[in-house]
Amino acid sequence: MRGIVSVAGYVPYRRLQRSAVAQVFGNGGGKGSRAVASHDEDTTTMGVEAARLALRAAPTVAPDGLWFATATPAYLDKTNATAIHAALRLPAEVPAFDFGGALRSGVGAVVSALRAEGSGTTLVVLADMRDGMPTSADESAGGDGAAALVVGDDGPGHPAIAEYLGGASLTDEFLDRWRTVGDRRSKTWEERFGENRYVALGEQAWASALKTSGVTAEEIDKVVVTGMHARSTKALGRKLGVKPESLVDDLSATVGQTGSAHVGLMLASILEQSEPGQLVALVALADGADVLVFRATPALADWSPSDSVADQIAGGADLPYGKFLTWRGMVTPEPPRRPEPQRVSSTAAWRNEDWKYGFVGSKDRSSEAVHLPPSRISMKGGAVDDMEPIGRADSVATIATYTIDRMAYSPSPPIVFAVVDFDGGGRFPVELTDVEPDSVEIGDRVTMTFRKLFTADGIHDYFWKAKPLRAGAAE
Amino acid sequence: MGSHGIKDQVAIVGMGCTRFAEHWDKSLDDLIVEAAGDTFASAGVTKDDVDAYWFGTAQSGMSGITLARPLQLEGKPVTRVENYCTTGSEALRAAAYAVASGAYDVAMAVGAEKVKDSGYQGLNAYPIPNDGTARTLTAAAMFSMVAPAYGKKYGVSEDELSEVLARISWKNHQNGARNPRAQFRKEVSTETICASPRVAGRLGVFDCAGVADGAAAAIVVRAEDAHRYTDKPIYIKALSFAAGSGSGLIDPGYDYTWFPECALAAEDAYRQAGITDPRGQLAMAEVHDCFTPTELVLMEDLGFCARGTAWKEVLAGTFDRTGELPINPDGGLKSFGHPVGASGLRMFFEAWLQLRGEATPERQIETDRKLALTHNLGGYPGEMVSFVSVVGTELG
Repeated sequence: MRGIVSVAGYVPYRRLQRSAVAQVFGNGGGKGSRAVASHDEDTTTMGVEAARLALRAAPTVAPDGLWFATATPAYLDKTNATAIHAALRLPAEVPAFDFGGALRSGVGAVVSALRAEGSGTTLVVLADMRDGMPTSADESAGGDGAAALVVGDDGPGHPAIAEYLGGASLTDEFLDRWRTVGDRRSKTWEERFGENRYVALGEQAWASALKTSGVTAEEIDKVVVTGMHARSTKALGRKLGVKPESLVDDLSATVGQTGSAHVGLMLASILEQSEPGQLVALVALADGADVLVFRATPALADWSPSDSVADQIAGGADLPYGKFLTWRGMVTPEPPRRPEPQRVSSTAAWRNEDWKYGFVGSKDRSSEAVHLPPSRISMKGGAVDDMEPIGRADSVATIATYTIDRMAYSPSPPIVFAVVDFDGGGRFPVELTDVEPDSVEIGDRVTMTFRKLFTADGIHDYFWKAKPLRAGAAE
Repeated sequence: MGSHGIKDQVAIVGMGCTRFAEHWDKSLDDLIVEAAGDTFASAGVTKDDVDAYWFGTAQSGMSGITLARPLQLEGKPVTRVENYCTTGSEALRAAAYAVASGAYDVAMAVGAEKVKDSGYQGLNAYPIPNDGTARTLTAAAMFSMVAPAYGKKYGVSEDELSEVLARISWKNHQNGARNPRAQFRKEVSTETICASPRVAGRLGVFDCAGVADGAAAAIVVRAEDAHRYTDKPIYIKALSFAAGSGSGLIDPGYDYTWFPECALAAEDAYRQAGITDPRGQLAMAEVHDCFTPTELVLMEDLGFCARGTAWKEVLAGTFDRTGELPINPDGGLKSFGHPVGASGLRMFFEAWLQLRGEATPERQIETDRKLALTHNLGGYPGEMVSFVSVVGTELG
């Protein structure tokens, strides 16, 4: 039996209240909020965060492969999954592949993993950042987020929490939404054409999936229709023939549609609210229709999310619209009058891969002093080359002292910076993120988060920052 | 093994120092020619009489050629030194040791920095290719972490601490206002200081050293030869240097209320010079007041007062120019300015003037004491190099 072994959603901390758009432009926006990736996040970093959460909830799992799907890759040509692979400290023998470009690549990766019975355990990571021009429907309806699913054959050490009963995928070549390489803005055809195609494809795929799964529409306990074509998802939902209470919140009002990530985010959200034995279905409308049907297993009762989607949604904080536009590159404010950072040295980054991507220091075997970054010679006792690697990415730390740097270069000044002491040993001076500058106190608890420090010469500088430990997140 | 020092073996017999300022109209070469020329004249020598040169610049040039070319030195041993903000002191240390060793009769240390050609405020480190994980904070932010840590450890309230730091800035501006060579020659009220815009943490503009162009230089000879050059040589009593391992940044034991490297260098310097009571023996001290909290904790690291008491001594005026132990009588980095490679030598220049009684009358320190200290640091809390010297007017 193949299914989902673990799952997690990642909703970035910041929210744009859609009403803020009309307050500036006089039109646009709408009701509710959308999730906004921080200036130091991209699809790769959000993917790392989602994957960490999914793996933390299934600590005995060792993935055999890593697939990363996004419609908004940080790099072209270069694989993005390798940075996620490095941050997760996966063995070199575990392959890491990108599914790129299309919105459908997200659900495509999930379907492919579910169909690959006997292929081991695959970590499927989905992430997206949805852009639109100011006041556009895409700007408001879109959202940023990520999800990770551990897909595998049910077994000891990797019990499936949701059994994949079956599904259907229909493919059709028609132009509803498109974006050419290099464009910030997606374009769409007349809305009613897309509705015509998507609803028909969705109904057909739905019927087929129910048949292969051996269940009826009335039996489905939870279902959601996802896709960027809001009119179609709503219309199709009404035509599925399920109990009205079975249609679950698609997070449009709080997170927004997270494009290629939304399938995973919804699966996380739904499974977090499901009971063993319940039937769960998902319909994704993108260049066709994909339907997935699951039954929650008894193992779901023993599984709990590391940081639930609901908690992450509740824990967000608003971002001024001006900051949103700045972070998305829609407006360019005056930069700090400091030299911009130079590009990262590829060779130095490679030599220090465990440190840079995995936040792995070293621990002196004799003095037990923790060195961040790793050191060959101990600062306590001077032992030479007698250290073992010690990861601190998942350790909680306490702020010993802090400052706010209003002069240093940052893509979004000011820099909030703290000296933090890790539980279990080790100190590191580190930048804080997802934080209000005036709220920091000595003694505050923080956790590590994988971020992009800056981009120079097209090279993204990935490293770790610390963020406040918030209620809901596991300590 | 041991740090023995070179007490009374070497004397400074000539010095020069440009005004420190935003010298838009002067190049590095202009500053070097001016400071070196004044120094040659001060010692009564020509460039050819100097046997070896050490040139300190943090990032205005590379190699000894940066000095040899503007001065047109022919075939002399000219070496560039760099050691963060202690660069100028290091140039003098190298020159003094060269003379003490017997290798040369006359050696010269020149320190110069042209920082105002970058187009940016503040100092900016030369980028070295790296893995992108090094912090990118300003020095102001790194040093700003000292103030809250000190306040917390010794029970000094935020308001009290603001008053203390403002008092340090006020004092250094008072001193700089009376110094024709200082960058900022204006007294500033503590109200203005406290109201200045925040730069990093609680530090405002007036908590930060001035950023200036400038150059300073010194000529050293063996002590027994000193009177051939001047009637009032300044003898080197101690030259001490300590580089930290950088472990303060990653050692949970470091609490940001002191600079171990500075305490070590001071201890070693006092031993070399035979000083037992710095506060009672020194006529003055120039210390590295890159930011006001730095000067505060240095008063304790250098042994001028007990741990946890510097803030009270500052408020009591102990370190004013007319106080018990004048600190930074020339205005310090705060108002004299901080051209990195020149600052260490600028500190010696103030000791030179004050001990020889050559400061302008309105700022000459009235004292019978014969010793002065210079302290120069580079780097950041937790990752620092520190220099301490003691100089005096008499042998023995």
